[in-house]
Amino acid sequence: MKKIKISIKDLHKSFGKKQILKGVNLEIEQGKSLVVIGGSGTGKSVLIKCIQGLLTPDSGSILIDGEETVGVDEQKREDLHDKMGMLFQGGALFDSLTVWQNVAFALLQNKGLSKKEAKEKAIDVLRQVGLAPDVADSYPSEISGGMQKRVGLARAIATNPEIIFFDEPTTGLDPIMADVINELIVESAKKLGATTFTITHDMASVRKIADKVAMLYKGEIIWQGSVAEMDKTDNAYVKQFINGCSNGPIKVEI
Amino acid sequence: MIIEKIEKFLRTLGKPLVKFTYGIGELSLFVSRAIYNCVTPPFYFKLLNRQFIDIGFYSLPVVALTTVFAGMVIALQSYTGFSQYGAESMVANVVLIAVTRELAPVFCGLMVAGRIGSAMAAEIGTMRVTEQIDALTTLSTNPFKYLITPRVIAGVLMLPILVVIGDILGIFGGYIIGVYKLDFNSANYIHATLQYLVASDVYCGIAKGAVFGFIITLMGCYNGYKSRGGAQGVGEATTNAVVSSSILILIFNYIITEVFFTE
Ligand SMILES: Nc1ncnc2c1ncn2[C@@H]1O[C@H](COP(=O)(O)OP(=O)(O)OP(=O)(O)O)[C@@H](O)[C@H]1O
Ligand SMILES: [Mg+2]
Repeated sequence: MKKIKISIKDLHKSFGKKQILKGVNLEIEQGKSLVVIGGSGTGKSVLIKCIQGLLTPDSGSILIDGEETVGVDEQKREDLHDKMGMLFQGGALFDSLTVWQNVAFALLQNKGLSKKEAKEKAIDVLRQVGLAPDVADSYPSEISGGMQKRVGLARAIATNPEIIFFDEPTTGLDPIMADVINELIVESAKKLGATTFTITHDMASVRKIADKVAMLYKGEIIWQGSVAEMDKTDNAYVKQFINGCSNGPIKVEI
Repeated sequence: MIIEKIEKFLRTLGKPLVKFTYGIGELSLFVSRAIYNCVTPPFYFKLLNRQFIDIGFYSLPVVALTTVFAGMVIALQSYTGFSQYGAESMVANVVLIAVTRELAPVFCGLMVAGRIGSAMAAEIGTMRVTEQIDALTTLSTNPFKYLITPRVIAGVLMLPILVVIGDILGIFGGYIIGVYKLDFNSANYIHATLQYLVASDVYCGIAKGAVFGFIITLMGCYNGYKSRGGAQGVGEATTNAVVSSSILILIFNYIITEVFFTE
C-alpha cells in the first residue's frame, strides 16, 4: 500500500477580494517528489505557506501523515515543523547570523547540539550543496545570490526532515549549479527517504526530479501526472507551459 | 438619492472607526501574547543579554547628556523665580522634585524611544518583509520568544536603571549650576538636596521607567512585526514606533503622576 504523506483537499485562500487558491486538491506519496509548475503569481508560494501553517487557509483541509493540520495549536505546529524543512523563494536567511549559524539554526536551538558539533554538521551540509568550508564564517550579505540560495538549501536539509519544500531552488543559479542542486534534491529524496515538494519554472529541473508533476492555474490544479505523461499530454495549458509559448490558452495579463 | 448619500456618509464615518477598533484588538492580542511568552519557557538568555547591552549600556550617553542638561536648565530657571533669601534650598528642592518625578523618566523614555524603538521596528520589520520571521517558524522557533520576549524583558528591566542614573546625573547637573554659576554653598546645597529627597519620588520615577520600557519595546516590536511591503513598509513602521511610543509615554507619564501624587 502506498502511504499518502500530504493530502490537500479543497483548499481555498484569498487576500481581501482577491481569490488566490480556489479549491486545490493534491496528494503526495511518501518518499516521492512532487513538482508544482504554474505561471508567476498563480499562488504556488501561497500554497506552500498554507501547508507550512504560515498562512491560514480560508477553508479546506491539509492532512500530513493522515492528521489534520489546519488550525492546530502552536505546540503541535512546532512538532510538525520539526519534520519539515523549507527553502524560501527569497532565501530568508538570518542576516544577523553567520552562514554556519544559519545552517545549524535548528540544530542549535532545538536539537541541543553543542556549538562545535553543530558547526561541524553545518560545514558538512554546506559541502553537500557545493560550498567550501571557508564561507561558513561569512554573513549572508557577504556572499553571492547563488551562494545564498545554496545556504538556504543547506538550512532546509540540515535536520534531515521527512518533508522538504523547495520554492524555486534553481532560479538565479548557473545551469551547472542548477543541475547539482537538482541532483541533491533527488538524492535527499532517495537517500533519506524524504518526501519533497518543489516549485519551479525550470523544465530541466522538472524532468530531473519529478515523480509527479502538477500544474496550478487560476487557483486550481488543472493537470497532474508523471513526466512521461506530461510530454504526451494534449492538455493545451500544460503544452503551452512546457514549451514556453506566449500564444495559447494561457493569457498573460499585462 | 438622498439615502445613497447618507449611506456614503455613514460609510466614510464607519470605515476609520472599524479600522481603529481592529487596530486596538490586534494590539491587545499582541500585548497578551507578548506577556504570556515572557513568563513561559523556553527563554533565550543570550539574546536577552544582547538586548540588555543594547538598551541599557549603549543608551547611557544620550540619557546622561539629556538629564544633565535638564537638571542644569531647571536650576537656572528656578533661580530666576527664587532669587531672594533661601534660594539655595528652594533651587535644590525644585531640581530634585522635577528631575526625580518627571524629567529623568520622561527624557529617558523619549530618548530610548528614539534610539531603541526605531531600531527594533526597523530590524523586526526587515525580518518580516524578507520572510525571516516565517523562516524562524519553519525552524520550529517561536518568533515571539526569539524576537519579542527578550526585547520586552530587557526594556522593562533596563529603563528603571537608566532612570535612576538619570536622577543622579540630573541632580548633579543642577548642583553644577548651583555651585559654579549661582555661587551657592556646596555643602548647603547637598544638605538641602538630601533633606528633601523622598523615597516615593524615586520609586515613582522607577515605576515610570518600567512602564515606558514596556511601551517602547512593545511599540517597536508591534510595528515591526506587522509591517508589510518592502522598504516603504519598514520605514513607516519605524516612524509609527517612535511617534506612538512618544505619545503613549507622555500620556502614561501623566496617568502615573496622577496615581502617585493625588490623594
Ligand atoms: N501576504 C499576502 N498578502 C496579500 N497578497 C498576497 C500575499 N501573499 C501573496 N499574495 C498574492 O497572492 C498571489 C500569488 O502569490 P505567490 O507568491 O503565491 O505567487 P507564485 O505563484 O509563487 O509566483 P512566482 O512564481 O512569481 O513566485 C500574488 O498575486 C500575490 O500578490
Ligand atoms: Mg513564488
